[in-house]
Amino acid sequence: MDFISILSIFVMACFVGYYVVWSVTPALHTPLMAVTNAISSVIVVGALIAAAASGIGAGAGVSKWLGLGAVVLASINIFGGFAVTARMLAMYKKKERQTPAASAKREERA
Amino acid sequence: MNAMEHVTTPPWAMLAYLISGVLFILALRGLSSPSTSRAGNRYGMIGMTIAVLTTLVTHFPITGISYEGPSTAIEHGFQAVPDFGAFGLILAAIALGGGIGWVTARKIAMTDMPQLVAAFHSLVGLAAVLVGWAAYLNPQAFGIVEVVNDVTTALAQTGPEGTALPMQIHPQSLIEMSLGIAIGAITFSGSVIAFLKLAGKMSGAPIMLPARHAINIVLLLAIAFFIFGFFMSQSMVDIALITALSFIIGFLLIIPIGGADMPVVVSMLNSYSGWAAAAMGFTLHNTAMIITGALVGSSGAILSYIMCKAMNRSFVSVIAGGFGAAAESGGGAAKEQRPWKRGSAEDAAFLLKEAENVIIIPGYGMAVAQAQHVLREMADTLKKEGVNVKYAIHPVAGRMPGHMNVLLAEANVPYDEVFELEDINGEFAQADVAFIIGANDVVNPAAKTDKSSPIYGMPVFDVDKAKTVMFIKRSMSGVGYSGVDNDVFYMDQTMMLLADAKKMVEEIVKSLQH
Repeated sequence: MDFISILSIFVMACFVGYYVVWSVTPALHTPLMAVTNAISSVIVVGALIAAAASGIGAGAGVSKWLGLGAVVLASINIFGGFAVTARMLAMYKKKERQTPAASAKREERA
Repeated sequence: MNAMEHVTTPPWAMLAYLISGVLFILALRGLSSPSTSRAGNRYGMIGMTIAVLTTLVTHFPITGISYEGPSTAIEHGFQAVPDFGAFGLILAAIALGGGIGWVTARKIAMTDMPQLVAAFHSLVGLAAVLVGWAAYLNPQAFGIVEVVNDVTTALAQTGPEGTALPMQIHPQSLIEMSLGIAIGAITFSGSVIAFLKLAGKMSGAPIMLPARHAINIVLLLAIAFFIFGFFMSQSMVDIALITALSFIIGFLLIIPIGGADMPVVVSMLNSYSGWAAAAMGFTLHNTAMIITGALVGSSGAILSYIMCKAMNRSFVSVIAGGFGAAAESGGGAAKEQRPWKRGSAEDAAFLLKEAENVIIIPGYGMAVAQAQHVLREMADTLKKEGVNVKYAIHPVAGRMPGHMNVLLAEANVPYDEVFELEDINGEFAQADVAFIIGANDVVNPAAKTDKSSPIYGMPVFDVDKAKTVMFIKRSMSGVGYSGVDNDVFYMDQTMMLLADAKKMVEEIVKSLQH
């Protein structure tokens, strides 16, 4: 891919991000931060490439270990980020709908 | 740009990365409502799984370097033998990181969420630095080496024995790589400081260095200079200096920023971690990384904007730091003694029971006292008495965007009882009780009336319109984060409930149940 195509994807994604994020309800801003954290760890792709690379020269060996280190860090974020987001989102509940019977009973009492 | 194509990503893999990028967009889209958010989070997980599996398959470690002489292109000189040892090492790294992350996510208390998020940001930043360095040291693996068609030049570059000499990295990649490293390093050290402040391991008070603005500007210029130098020379000294200076500036940028400005800082670092990922995406020509980087970058930027607006402060003034530092010296100055009324838990319980509409305003103090559960219990008791209870949340309440909402959700408060500032502010005139727990500046009328006040212009709750105001506070001595005295304390209809927030609410609940 040439630079202009990549730049186009980037610019378009910025616009998508702008509109999508404004539509996020303020009540979910903390989960938003947690999940953006998780997805920005897609940098793991670069880490995996480095960790899997074979190559010649001293640099390649160091590069491999840097890659492995980055894989560990990014994995903490991926698993941690998605898990903590899921945990938070599971807590957001709607008001329990009263069954018609229960509310009728309540009115009776009143 | 033929240079990029000698380590090609197969078309199916490019498609897979695009799909994971789209799934990440859907993950954020789901957060528009709590009911769709859980599905959104699953999309995010699927997207990540696709991206990781695709990379594992297309970049399976190989070994067995049988170099067949320099006449063939370098990549044809390898005999690809799968290296299962290296693959096992990668899986172990994923398992190790994944295990740590998963356990942390399960164990963390909801009140500690701001520091967890800051810690996670620092990891993204550090990972970006490591990946950038890895790309610098082994550019061939990332497909960013300039292809030299001329065989003699190629020979000269690889050296007479076919080894060793550093390969020439594509100049454009040098810029992208150094930007990724610089932003990543700033994100890392900045987030570490934010983490230490949020976790209380370091004082939340601003630390002001003399001439800090000048230092920061000089450092930024130096980083820009070395990026240019790196572009020209591809020298390791330059990239090392870029890394070191970026670590330092990240540290210096965050230390002068005080505790309650942390919502802006955390959002800003969130944004930086996105831009770092995007810069790496440019280096790797990876759509998933670019889309994600743009999403996260704009997300953090928008959140910072919302937070600044909710404090009526400019982004620059928050980043310049120092807010709340001056107040400490000025706060003790001759304060007029004004009369105020102290109430007891029994008084509060009586009034609450008689009320028709109660609006609860939680703030950071509620999080500190861990009072959210007992608060919900109080609301439940009141609801049984036929009282209409609502919660009102200011955008900057707490230490990160949405902090209060998460805590209330944790305490099983239904989200449709929780309202944002602009949605509920008109209702205070009809409210019998405004119940303030752990908040201060966000109810200070000085923001509306006193032009000299540091919080002037900040949107606040109109609690003065409520019939009765109950203000839970530890003591009368402390003022809010801004250091401004609050007229609400001295209003006729205000009842000060001086105690630890959790204890006070517990006592109110006890009195309500008798």
